[in-house]
Amino acid sequence: MSLITPDFGLLFWMVVIFGIVFFLLAKFGFPVITNAVQKRSDHIADSLKAADEAQAQLANMAQEQQKMIEQTRLEQSRILKEASEARESIIAQAREEAAAEASKLLEHAKVEIAAERESAIRDIRRQVAMISVEVAEKIVRKDLDAAGGQQDLLDRMVEEASQAQIPN
Amino acid sequence: MKRWWLILLLLLPVLPLRAEEGGLDMNEYLFGHISDAYEWHITTIKGKDIAIELPCIVIENGVHVFTLHHAAEHGYTLNENGKLVNAQTGRRPLDISITKNVLGLIINSILLVVLILLCARWYKRHDVLKEKPTGIAALLEPVIVMIEQDVIKDAVGPEYKRFSPYLLTAFFFILINNLMGIVPIFPGGANITGNIAVTGVLALFTFLMVNLFGDKHYWKDILWPDVPLFLKAIPIMPLIEILGMFTKPFSLMIRLFANILAGHIMLLSVIALIFLSAAMGPVLNGSLTVIAALFGVFLDCLELLVAFLQAYVFTMLSSVFIGLAHQKPAHETN
Repeated sequence: MSLITPDFGLLFWMVVIFGIVFFLLAKFGFPVITNAVQKRSDHIADSLKAADEAQAQLANMAQEQQKMIEQTRLEQSRILKEASEARESIIAQAREEAAAEASKLLEHAKVEIAAERESAIRDIRRQVAMISVEVAEKIVRKDLDAAGGQQDLLDRMVEEASQAQIPN
Repeated sequence: MKRWWLILLLLLPVLPLRAEEGGLDMNEYLFGHISDAYEWHITTIKGKDIAIELPCIVIENGVHVFTLHHAAEHGYTLNENGKLVNAQTGRRPLDISITKNVLGLIINSILLVVLILLCARWYKRHDVLKEKPTGIAALLEPVIVMIEQDVIKDAVGPEYKRFSPYLLTAFFFILINNLMGIVPIFPGGANITGNIAVTGVLALFTFLMVNLFGDKHYWKDILWPDVPLFLKAIPIMPLIEILGMFTKPFSLMIRLFANILAGHIMLLSVIALIFLSAAMGPVLNGSLTVIAALFGVFLDCLELLVAFLQAYVFTMLSSVFIGLAHQKPAHETN
Protein backbone atom coordinates (compact mmCIF):
# COMPACT_ATOMS: atom_id res chain seq x y z
CA MET A 1 0.00 0.00 0.00
CA SER A 2 1.33 3.37 -0.94
CA LEU A 3 -0.27 4.99 2.08
CA ILE A 4 2.06 3.47 4.64
CA THR A 5 5.26 3.38 2.64
CA PRO A 6 7.01 6.68 3.09
CA ASP A 7 8.11 8.18 -0.17
CA PHE A 8 11.80 9.09 -0.33
CA GLY A 9 11.28 12.39 -2.11
CA LEU A 10 8.79 13.60 0.45
CA LEU A 11 11.01 12.40 3.31
CA PHE A 12 13.91 14.34 1.83
CA TRP A 13 11.93 17.52 1.32
CA MET A 14 10.26 17.22 4.71
CA VAL A 15 13.66 16.99 6.43
CA VAL A 16 14.88 20.01 4.47
CA ILE A 17 11.74 22.10 4.99
CA PHE A 18 11.21 21.21 8.62
CA GLY A 19 14.91 21.75 9.26
CA ILE A 20 14.76 25.24 7.78
CA VAL A 21 11.52 26.09 9.61
CA PHE A 22 12.97 24.76 12.85
CA PHE A 23 16.17 26.77 12.38
CA LEU A 24 14.34 30.00 11.56
CA LEU A 25 11.76 29.74 14.30
CA ALA A 26 14.16 28.47 16.96
CA LYS A 27 16.63 31.24 16.19
CA PHE A 28 14.50 34.26 15.36
CA GLY A 29 10.96 33.34 16.38
CA PHE A 30 10.09 31.61 19.60
CA PRO A 31 12.98 32.68 21.87
CA VAL A 32 12.18 36.34 21.18
CA ILE A 33 8.53 35.80 22.01
CA THR A 34 9.01 33.58 25.05
CA ASN A 35 11.73 35.83 26.46
CA ALA A 36 9.53 38.88 26.06
CA VAL A 37 6.62 37.10 27.71
CA GLN A 38 8.93 35.86 30.44
CA LYS A 39 10.21 39.39 30.95
CA ARG A 40 6.70 40.68 31.26
CA SER A 41 5.56 38.02 33.68
CA ASP A 42 8.70 38.62 35.77
CA HIS A 43 7.92 42.29 35.69
CA ILE A 44 4.36 41.65 36.80
CA ALA A 45 5.55 39.42 39.62
CA ASP A 46 8.09 42.05 40.68
CA SER A 47 5.49 44.80 40.51
CA LEU A 48 3.08 42.80 42.62
CA LYS A 49 5.78 42.22 45.18
CA ALA A 50 6.75 45.89 45.15
CA ALA A 51 3.13 46.92 45.55
CA ASP A 52 2.82 44.54 48.46
CA GLU A 53 5.92 45.97 50.06
CA ALA A 54 4.73 49.52 49.45
CA GLN A 55 1.45 48.72 51.09
CA ALA A 56 3.20 47.19 54.06
CA GLN A 57 5.44 50.24 54.25
CA LEU A 58 2.43 52.48 54.08
CA ALA A 59 0.79 50.64 56.94
CA ASN A 60 4.07 50.88 58.83
CA MET A 61 4.24 54.59 58.13
CA ALA A 62 0.73 55.14 59.40
CA GLN A 63 1.71 53.31 62.55
CA GLU A 64 4.85 55.37 62.84
CA GLN A 65 2.88 58.51 62.30
CA GLN A 66 0.51 57.53 65.04
CA LYS A 67 3.48 56.87 67.27
CA MET A 68 4.97 60.22 66.39
CA ILE A 69 1.74 62.01 67.16
CA GLU A 70 1.59 60.22 70.47
CA GLN A 71 5.18 61.19 71.19
CA THR A 72 4.55 64.78 70.22
CA ARG A 73 1.59 64.93 72.48
CA LEU A 74 3.66 63.61 75.38
CA GLU A 75 6.37 66.12 74.57
CA GLN A 76 3.82 68.89 74.44
CA SER A 77 2.38 68.08 77.82
CA ARG A 78 5.86 67.71 79.26
CA ILE A 79 6.87 71.11 77.91
CA LEU A 80 3.69 72.67 79.22
CA LYS A 81 4.32 71.17 82.61
CA GLU A 82 7.90 72.36 82.62
CA ALA A 83 6.79 75.81 81.56
CA SER A 84 4.30 76.09 84.34
CA GLU A 85 6.87 74.85 86.80
CA ALA A 86 9.36 77.38 85.53
CA ARG A 87 6.78 80.11 85.77
CA GLU A 88 5.97 79.21 89.29
CA SER A 89 9.58 78.99 90.29
CA ILE A 90 10.31 82.36 88.66
CA ILE A 91 7.38 83.93 90.44
CA ALA A 92 8.47 82.41 93.72
CA GLN A 93 11.99 83.57 93.20
CA ALA A 94 10.84 87.05 92.27
CA ARG A 95 8.68 87.14 95.32
CA GLU A 96 11.56 86.08 97.49
CA GLU A 97 13.82 88.63 95.93
CA ALA A 98 11.21 91.32 96.35
CA ALA A 99 10.79 90.39 99.96
CA ALA A 100 14.54 90.46 100.51
CA GLU A 101 14.79 93.81 98.80
CA ALA A 102 11.93 95.17 100.83
CA SER A 103 13.47 94.04 104.11
CA LYS A 104 16.81 95.48 103.07
CA LEU A 105 15.13 98.79 102.25
CA LEU A 106 13.30 98.67 105.54
CA GLU A 107 16.54 98.04 107.36
CA HIS A 108 18.19 100.86 105.56
CA ALA A 109 15.27 103.14 106.32
CA LYS A 110 15.40 102.17 109.95
CA VAL A 111 19.09 102.90 110.15
CA GLU A 112 18.55 106.24 108.47
CA ILE A 113 15.63 107.07 110.68
CA ALA A 114 17.72 106.21 113.71
CA ALA A 115 20.53 108.41 112.45
CA GLU A 116 18.06 111.24 111.75
CA ARG A 117 16.61 110.90 115.17
CA GLU A 118 20.05 110.89 116.72
CA SER A 119 21.05 114.05 114.91
CA ALA A 120 17.68 115.63 115.70
CA ILE A 121 18.07 114.87 119.36
CA ARG A 122 21.60 116.19 119.30
CA ASP A 123 20.29 119.29 117.58
CA ILE A 124 17.55 119.75 120.11
CA ARG A 125 19.99 119.20 122.91
CA ARG A 126 22.31 121.77 121.49
CA GLN A 127 19.40 124.22 121.08
CA VAL A 128 18.28 123.49 124.57
CA ALA A 129 21.81 124.03 125.84
CA MET A 130 22.10 127.30 123.93
CA ILE A 131 18.72 128.47 125.15
CA SER A 132 19.52 127.52 128.69
CA VAL A 133 22.88 129.24 128.35
CA GLU A 134 21.13 132.35 127.09
CA VAL A 135 18.55 132.07 129.82
CA ALA A 136 21.29 131.60 132.32
CA GLU A 137 23.16 134.55 130.91
CA LYS A 138 20.14 136.72 131.26
CA ILE A 139 19.55 135.51 134.79
CA VAL A 140 23.18 135.86 135.64
CA ARG A 141 23.42 139.38 134.15
CA LYS A 142 20.49 140.56 136.23
CA ASP A 143 21.72 138.94 139.44
CA LEU A 144 25.34 139.83 139.02
CA ASP A 145 25.02 142.87 141.18
CA ALA A 146 23.37 141.10 143.97
CA ALA A 147 26.62 139.49 145.04
CA GLY A 148 26.17 136.91 147.63
CA GLY A 149 26.28 133.55 146.47
CA GLN A 150 27.06 134.40 142.89
CA GLN A 151 29.94 132.09 142.65
CA ASP A 152 27.96 129.33 144.26
CA LEU A 153 25.13 129.61 141.87
CA LEU A 154 27.38 129.53 138.89
CA ASP A 155 29.11 126.43 140.11
CA ARG A 156 25.95 124.72 140.88
CA MET A 157 24.48 125.42 137.42
CA VAL A 158 27.56 124.24 135.63
CA GLU A 159 27.50 121.14 137.76
CA GLU A 160 23.93 120.45 136.91
CA ALA A 161 24.43 121.05 133.21
CA SER A 162 27.32 118.70 132.95
CA GLN A 163 25.48 116.08 134.95
CA ALA A 164 22.44 116.40 132.76
CA GLN A 165 24.57 115.92 129.62
CA ILE A 166 26.11 112.62 130.67
CA PRO A 167 23.01 110.39 130.51
CA ASN A 168 22.34 111.73 127.05
CA MET B 1 -33.56 33.82 6.37
CA LYS B 2 -35.31 30.66 7.51
CA ARG B 3 -37.71 30.85 4.60
CA TRP B 4 -34.88 31.10 2.10
CA TRP B 5 -33.31 27.95 3.48
CA LEU B 6 -36.62 26.15 3.19
CA ILE B 7 -37.09 27.20 -0.44
CA LEU B 8 -33.53 26.14 -1.20
CA LEU B 9 -34.16 22.75 0.36
CA LEU B 10 -37.38 22.26 -1.59
CA LEU B 11 -35.65 23.19 -4.80
CA LEU B 12 -32.83 20.74 -4.29
CA PRO B 13 -34.66 17.57 -5.46
CA VAL B 14 -35.61 19.14 -8.77
CA LEU B 15 -32.16 20.46 -9.59
CA PRO B 16 -30.98 18.80 -12.76
CA LEU B 17 -28.08 16.94 -11.23
CA ARG B 18 -26.26 14.91 -13.77
CA ALA B 19 -24.51 11.80 -12.62
CA GLU B 20 -21.27 11.04 -14.36
CA GLU B 21 -21.38 8.10 -16.67
CA GLY B 22 -20.31 4.99 -14.85
CA GLY B 23 -20.87 6.69 -11.49
CA LEU B 24 -18.13 7.75 -9.12
CA ASP B 25 -14.94 5.74 -8.91
CA MET B 26 -14.68 5.77 -5.12
CA ASN B 27 -11.14 4.43 -5.07
CA GLU B 28 -9.81 7.03 -7.43
CA TYR B 29 -11.78 9.77 -5.71
CA LEU B 30 -10.48 8.92 -2.24
CA PHE B 31 -6.89 8.20 -3.17
CA GLY B 32 -6.77 11.13 -5.53
CA HIS B 33 -7.46 13.37 -2.55
CA ILE B 34 -5.39 11.79 0.16
CA SER B 35 -2.30 10.67 -1.73
CA ASP B 36 0.61 12.62 -3.01
CA ALA B 37 0.65 13.60 -6.68
CA TYR B 38 2.91 15.12 -9.30
CA GLU B 39 0.40 17.85 -10.00
CA TRP B 40 -1.99 19.80 -7.84
CA HIS B 41 -5.41 19.18 -9.19
CA ILE B 42 -7.62 22.07 -8.14
CA THR B 43 -10.91 21.44 -9.90
CA THR B 44 -12.50 20.33 -13.17
CA ILE B 45 -14.66 22.78 -15.08
CA LYS B 46 -16.67 21.35 -18.02
CA GLY B 47 -14.41 18.37 -18.35
CA LYS B 48 -11.28 20.48 -18.33
CA ASP B 49 -8.85 19.85 -15.51
CA ILE B 50 -7.47 22.88 -13.76
CA ALA B 51 -4.26 21.77 -12.12
CA ILE B 52 -0.89 23.17 -11.16
CA GLU B 53 1.89 21.33 -12.95
CA LEU B 54 4.67 20.62 -10.52
CA PRO B 55 8.28 19.90 -11.41
CA CYS B 56 9.31 16.26 -11.32
CA ILE B 57 12.94 15.97 -10.28
CA VAL B 58 14.54 12.60 -10.91
CA ILE B 59 18.13 11.66 -10.27
CA GLU B 60 19.20 8.75 -12.45
CA ASN B 61 22.34 9.16 -14.56
CA GLY B 62 22.10 12.88 -13.97
CA VAL B 63 19.30 15.15 -12.90
CA HIS B 64 16.12 15.19 -14.96
CA VAL B 65 13.56 17.94 -14.43
CA PHE B 66 10.25 17.79 -16.28
CA THR B 67 6.50 18.03 -15.71
CA LEU B 68 4.26 15.00 -15.66
CA HIS B 69 3.01 15.66 -19.19
CA HIS B 70 6.52 15.33 -20.54
CA ALA B 71 7.44 12.31 -18.46
CA ALA B 72 7.33 9.99 -21.44
CA GLU B 73 9.82 12.10 -23.37
CA HIS B 74 12.33 11.60 -20.59
CA GLY B 75 11.67 7.87 -20.47
CA TYR B 76 9.55 7.75 -17.32
CA THR B 77 6.04 6.56 -16.69
CA LEU B 78 3.72 6.15 -13.72
CA ASN B 79 3.34 2.77 -12.04
CA GLU B 80 0.12 1.41 -10.51
CA ASN B 81 0.75 3.41 -7.32
CA GLY B 82 1.08 6.62 -9.32
CA LYS B 83 4.81 6.91 -8.84
CA LEU B 84 7.37 7.69 -11.51
CA VAL B 85 9.29 4.66 -12.74
CA ASN B 86 11.78 4.11 -15.51
CA ALA B 87 9.77 3.17 -18.60
CA GLN B 88 12.28 0.52 -19.70
CA THR B 89 13.37 -1.14 -16.46
CA GLY B 90 10.25 -0.41 -14.36
CA ARG B 91 12.49 0.54 -11.40
CA ARG B 92 11.95 3.55 -9.18
CA PRO B 93 14.61 6.17 -9.70
CA LEU B 94 15.77 8.53 -6.98
CA ASP B 95 12.74 10.77 -7.05
CA ILE B 96 12.87 14.15 -5.27
CA SER B 97 10.04 15.78 -7.19
CA ILE B 98 8.25 18.82 -5.83
CA THR B 99 5.00 16.96 -5.34
CA LYS B 100 1.66 18.25 -4.13
CA ASN B 101 2.59 17.55 -0.52
CA VAL B 102 6.00 19.20 -0.89
CA LEU B 103 4.42 22.33 -2.36
CA GLY B 104 1.83 22.28 0.42
CA LEU B 105 4.61 21.93 2.97
CA ILE B 106 6.48 24.85 1.44
CA ILE B 107 3.39 27.09 1.38
CA ASN B 108 2.37 26.21 4.92
CA SER B 109 5.92 26.58 6.19
CA ILE B 110 6.28 30.02 4.65
CA LEU B 111 2.95 30.96 6.18
CA LEU B 112 4.05 29.68 9.58
CA VAL B 113 7.46 31.34 9.47
CA VAL B 114 5.93 34.64 8.39
CA LEU B 115 3.31 34.48 11.14
CA ILE B 116 5.76 33.66 13.90
CA LEU B 117 8.41 36.12 12.72
CA LEU B 118 5.79 38.88 12.48
CA CYS B 119 4.83 38.04 16.03
CA ALA B 120 8.49 38.09 17.09
CA ARG B 121 8.95 41.40 15.30
CA TRP B 122 6.11 42.89 17.31
CA TYR B 123 7.97 42.00 20.50
CA LYS B 124 11.20 43.44 19.14
CA ARG B 125 9.58 46.72 18.18
CA HIS B 126 7.41 47.24 21.22
CA ASP B 127 8.22 47.51 24.86
CA VAL B 128 6.54 44.53 26.35
CA LEU B 129 6.42 46.17 29.76
CA LYS B 130 4.44 49.14 28.52
CA GLU B 131 2.13 47.83 25.82
CA LYS B 132 -0.26 44.98 25.57
CA PRO B 133 0.12 42.75 22.53
CA THR B 134 -1.93 43.71 19.51
CA GLY B 135 -2.64 42.03 16.18
CA ILE B 136 -0.72 38.89 15.42
CA ALA B 137 1.05 38.94 18.79
CA ALA B 138 -2.27 39.03 20.62
CA LEU B 139 -3.43 36.07 18.56
CA LEU B 140 -0.38 33.88 19.00
CA GLU B 141 0.83 34.81 22.45
CA PRO B 142 -1.87 32.98 24.43
CA VAL B 143 -1.27 29.81 22.42
CA ILE B 144 2.51 30.02 22.78
CA VAL B 145 2.24 30.71 26.49
CA MET B 146 -0.25 27.90 26.99
CA ILE B 147 1.93 25.37 25.17
CA GLU B 148 5.11 26.49 26.82
CA GLN B 149 3.86 26.92 30.37
CA ASP B 150 1.23 24.21 30.62
CA VAL B 151 2.64 21.52 28.38
CA ILE B 152 6.38 21.92 27.92
CA LYS B 153 7.31 23.28 31.31
CA ASP B 154 5.28 20.70 33.20
CA ALA B 155 6.41 17.73 31.15
CA VAL B 156 10.07 18.52 30.49
CA GLY B 157 10.93 19.94 33.88
CA PRO B 158 13.45 22.61 34.88
CA GLU B 159 15.49 22.40 31.65
CA TYR B 160 12.50 23.18 29.47
CA LYS B 161 14.02 26.36 27.97
CA ARG B 162 16.44 24.31 25.88
CA PHE B 163 13.70 22.27 24.27
CA SER B 164 10.82 24.68 24.02
CA PRO B 165 11.86 26.11 20.61
CA TYR B 166 11.77 22.64 19.07
CA LEU B 167 8.53 21.66 20.76
CA LEU B 168 6.82 24.92 19.88
CA THR B 169 8.00 24.59 16.29
CA ALA B 170 6.65 21.05 16.14
CA PHE B 171 3.33 22.15 17.62
CA PHE B 172 2.77 25.04 15.25
CA PHE B 173 4.10 23.11 12.28
CA ILE B 174 1.64 20.28 12.87
CA LEU B 175 -1.18 22.67 13.71
CA ILE B 176 -0.85 24.79 10.60
CA ASN B 177 -0.53 21.74 8.35
CA ASN B 178 -3.54 20.12 10.01
CA LEU B 179 -5.61 23.25 9.62
CA MET B 180 -4.55 23.85 6.04
CA GLY B 181 -5.45 20.24 5.30
CA ILE B 182 -9.06 20.93 6.22
CA VAL B 183 -9.32 23.93 3.90
CA PRO B 184 -10.75 22.39 0.71
CA ILE B 185 -9.38 24.80 -1.93
CA PHE B 186 -5.99 25.46 -3.35
CA PRO B 187 -3.36 26.42 -0.84
CA GLY B 188 -5.00 23.99 1.54
CA GLY B 189 -6.40 20.55 1.05
CA ALA B 190 -3.14 18.64 0.73
CA ASN B 191 -3.08 15.66 3.04
CA ILE B 192 0.26 16.61 4.57
CA THR B 193 0.15 15.50 8.19
CA GLY B 194 -1.84 12.48 7.00
CA ASN B 195 1.25 11.34 5.14
CA ILE B 196 3.50 8.89 6.91
CA ALA B 197 6.70 10.43 5.54
CA VAL B 198 5.87 13.78 7.12
CA THR B 199 4.87 12.35 10.49
CA GLY B 200 7.87 10.02 10.28
CA VAL B 201 10.28 12.95 9.98
CA LEU B 202 8.57 14.75 12.86
CA ALA B 203 8.87 11.61 14.98
CA LEU B 204 12.51 11.30 13.91
CA PHE B 205 13.21 14.83 15.16
CA THR B 206 11.62 13.98 18.48
CA PHE B 207 13.66 10.78 18.61
CA LEU B 208 16.83 12.78 18.04
CA MET B 209 15.82 15.38 20.63
CA VAL B 210 15.21 12.67 23.22
CA ASN B 211 18.31 10.59 22.56
CA LEU B 212 20.90 13.21 21.66
CA PHE B 213 20.23 15.21 24.80
CA GLY B 214 19.44 12.36 27.18
CA ASP B 215 21.58 12.40 30.30
CA LYS B 216 23.54 9.53 31.82
CA HIS B 217 20.64 8.39 34.01
CA TYR B 218 18.58 7.91 30.88
CA TRP B 219 21.21 5.72 29.24
CA LYS B 220 21.82 3.81 32.45
CA ASP B 221 18.09 3.17 32.72
CA ILE B 222 18.12 1.73 29.24
CA LEU B 223 21.32 -0.29 29.31
CA TRP B 224 21.55 -1.28 32.99
CA PRO B 225 18.14 -0.69 34.59
CA ASP B 226 17.39 -1.22 38.29
CA VAL B 227 16.05 -4.74 37.98
CA PRO B 228 17.24 -8.12 39.32
CA LEU B 229 20.51 -9.20 37.80
CA PHE B 230 19.19 -12.17 35.86
CA LEU B 231 16.99 -9.84 33.82
CA LYS B 232 20.06 -7.91 32.81
CA ALA B 233 22.57 -10.76 32.46
CA ILE B 234 20.53 -12.23 29.67
CA PRO B 235 19.74 -8.78 28.29
CA ILE B 236 15.97 -8.97 28.34
CA MET B 237 15.33 -5.63 29.98
CA PRO B 238 17.91 -3.68 27.97
CA LEU B 239 16.44 -5.16 24.81
CA ILE B 240 12.95 -4.11 25.82
CA GLU B 241 14.19 -0.66 26.76
CA ILE B 242 16.02 -0.25 23.46
CA LEU B 243 12.89 -1.35 21.65
CA GLY B 244 11.01 1.24 23.71
CA MET B 245 13.35 3.95 22.45
CA PHE B 246 11.98 3.30 18.97
CA THR B 247 8.36 2.47 19.76
CA LYS B 248 7.78 5.85 21.43
CA PRO B 249 8.45 7.99 18.34
CA PHE B 250 6.89 5.26 16.20
CA SER B 251 3.63 5.67 18.11
CA LEU B 252 3.87 9.43 17.59
CA MET B 253 4.26 8.90 13.88
CA ILE B 254 1.35 6.47 13.56
CA ARG B 255 -0.99 8.45 15.83
CA LEU B 256 -0.72 11.70 13.92
CA PHE B 257 -0.74 10.02 10.52
CA ALA B 258 -3.75 7.82 11.26
CA ASN B 259 -5.83 10.55 12.90
CA ILE B 260 -5.42 13.07 10.13
CA LEU B 261 -5.76 10.49 7.37
CA ALA B 262 -8.93 9.11 8.97
CA GLY B 263 -10.35 12.61 9.27
CA HIS B 264 -9.74 13.30 5.60
CA ILE B 265 -11.26 9.97 4.56
CA MET B 266 -14.33 10.54 6.73
CA LEU B 267 -14.94 14.00 5.32
CA LEU B 268 -14.38 12.82 1.76
CA SER B 269 -16.69 9.84 2.26
CA VAL B 270 -19.48 12.00 3.58
CA ILE B 271 -19.15 14.37 0.64
CA ALA B 272 -18.98 11.37 -1.70
CA LEU B 273 -22.47 10.42 -0.54
CA ILE B 274 -23.80 13.29 -2.62
CA PHE B 275 -22.22 12.03 -5.80
CA LEU B 276 -22.83 8.35 -5.09
CA SER B 277 -26.54 8.95 -4.63
CA ALA B 278 -26.83 11.03 -7.80
CA ALA B 279 -27.88 7.94 -9.72
CA MET B 280 -30.54 7.02 -7.16
CA GLY B 281 -33.06 9.64 -8.21
CA PRO B 282 -33.57 13.26 -7.20
CA VAL B 283 -35.49 12.70 -3.93
CA LEU B 284 -32.96 10.40 -2.34
CA ASN B 285 -30.10 12.47 -3.73
CA GLY B 286 -31.58 15.71 -2.41
CA SER B 287 -32.22 14.42 1.07
CA LEU B 288 -28.83 12.73 1.24
CA THR B 289 -27.22 15.97 0.10
CA VAL B 290 -28.76 17.82 3.01
CA ILE B 291 -27.69 15.12 5.43
CA ALA B 292 -24.21 14.98 3.92
CA ALA B 293 -23.83 18.75 4.10
CA LEU B 294 -24.95 18.86 7.73
CA PHE B 295 -22.76 15.92 8.60
CA GLY B 296 -19.92 17.56 6.71
CA VAL B 297 -20.26 20.67 8.86
CA PHE B 298 -20.18 18.52 11.96
CA LEU B 299 -17.12 16.62 10.74
CA ASP B 300 -15.35 19.84 9.82
CA CYS B 301 -15.84 21.09 13.35
CA LEU B 302 -14.60 17.76 14.65
CA GLU B 303 -11.57 18.00 12.39
CA LEU B 304 -10.81 21.46 13.71
CA LEU B 305 -10.74 19.97 17.17
CA VAL B 306 -8.65 17.02 16.01
CA ALA B 307 -6.24 19.35 14.21
CA PHE B 308 -5.54 21.15 17.44
CA LEU B 309 -5.70 18.06 19.60
CA GLN B 310 -3.23 16.04 17.55
CA ALA B 311 -0.74 18.89 17.48
CA TYR B 312 -1.21 19.22 21.23
CA VAL B 313 -0.83 15.49 21.85
CA PHE B 314 2.27 15.25 19.69
CA THR B 315 3.87 18.14 21.54
CA MET B 316 2.83 16.85 24.94
CA LEU B 317 4.12 13.32 24.34
CA SER B 318 7.36 14.65 22.85
CA SER B 319 7.75 16.79 25.97
CA VAL B 320 7.10 13.81 28.19
CA PHE B 321 9.66 11.69 26.35
CA ILE B 322 12.23 14.48 26.59
CA GLY B 323 11.34 14.92 30.24
CA LEU B 324 11.84 11.21 30.90
CA ALA B 325 15.32 11.42 29.39
CA HIS B 326 16.18 14.12 31.93
CA GLN B 327 14.68 12.68 35.05
CA LYS B 328 16.77 12.07 38.10
CA PRO B 329 16.25 8.52 39.39
CA ALA B 330 13.71 8.34 42.21
CA HIS B 331 16.21 7.23 44.87
CA GLU B 332 18.45 10.23 44.18
CA THR B 333 15.75 12.82 44.38
CA ASN B 334 14.37 11.44 47.61
